[in-house]
Amino acid sequence: MHVEEKLTPETFPAAPERATLEGKNKFLGFWLFLGGETVLFASLFATYLALKDKTNGGPSGEELFQMPIVFMATMLLLTSSLTSVYAIYHMKNFDFQKMQLWFGITVLLGAGFLALEIYEFYEYVHEGHKFTSSAFGSAFYTLVGTHGAHVAFGLLWILTLMIRNAKRGLNLYNAPKFYVASLYWHFIDVVWVFIFTVVYLMGMVG
Amino acid sequence: MTNQMNSGNERVDLAYRRRKNAEEMRHQVIAFVLMILLTLIAFAAVGYEEFSHWFVIPFILLLAGVQVAFQLYYFMHMSHKGHEFPALFIYGGVLVMLVLVWAFSTIVWW
Repeated sequence: MHVEEKLTPETFPAAPERATLEGKNKFLGFWLFLGGETVLFASLFATYLALKDKTNGGPSGEELFQMPIVFMATMLLLTSSLTSVYAIYHMKNFDFQKMQLWFGITVLLGAGFLALEIYEFYEYVHEGHKFTSSAFGSAFYTLVGTHGAHVAFGLLWILTLMIRNAKRGLNLYNAPKFYVASLYWHFIDVVWVFIFTVVYLMGMVG
Repeated sequence: MTNQMNSGNERVDLAYRRRKNAEEMRHQVIAFVLMILLTLIAFAAVGYEEFSHWFVIPFILLLAGVQVAFQLYYFMHMSHKGHEFPALFIYGGVLVMLVLVWAFSTIVWW
């Protein structure tokens, strides 16, 4: 199959992300990257677990963490994971406009998550929980901040893809790109599930 | 149009494929509802302060594990064919994670 072949719903392959050699390579390479990302976050989680009680006289997680804001952030990110599934569903049905629409909703929800996180960090700093105030602070901001940076990068990535391909439509050249971006977005949600469980919920239990 | 004459793509029954895609989408919505439910249970278990943390911590970790499995196997399509290498990469990463968490929580003490 040629990458720039003009396609119709009938000729569009069932797995457009892996229909070309380039697509197959992207798919495999990206999953290898996600394996590496797992190791990156594993090291940050391990560091956090080792240092979370070393507050150096500052506020502890139990005093800082507020359930409502964490819950809202979790719902936003979880829903954005579903909306990107809808985007890929429409990609497989060769419906470019609907795919763009659902990716757009995903970006909005992700931006809402990021805004909540920035607000949360701002509050913590005012309560004396800073990057340099304790080992707990350093481990917390490195772990949660690295995740937040991934969210920010994912938003820019999806937006760039949407704008770059807006007039191009869907073909076998850009279908793997959209697919891989959606995998990245799901992976961000996977990491968040562990963050809300290990950092926030376990922190509130004490 | 000439391109399509030479196309190697098989022309499948469009209605059949649409139906298959719609069915998969339905499964993913069910997975999503279950994930929301698991999240609610985890938050409720922590919010309800009667439980001992010896129960709550393993319990919410288990819920997180189940939720991540839904995310990987449904949302990221790891249940589909041709995902042997992705599974190898992810489980490799999980293995490193277990060793790291075990090591760091036993050797860091100050």
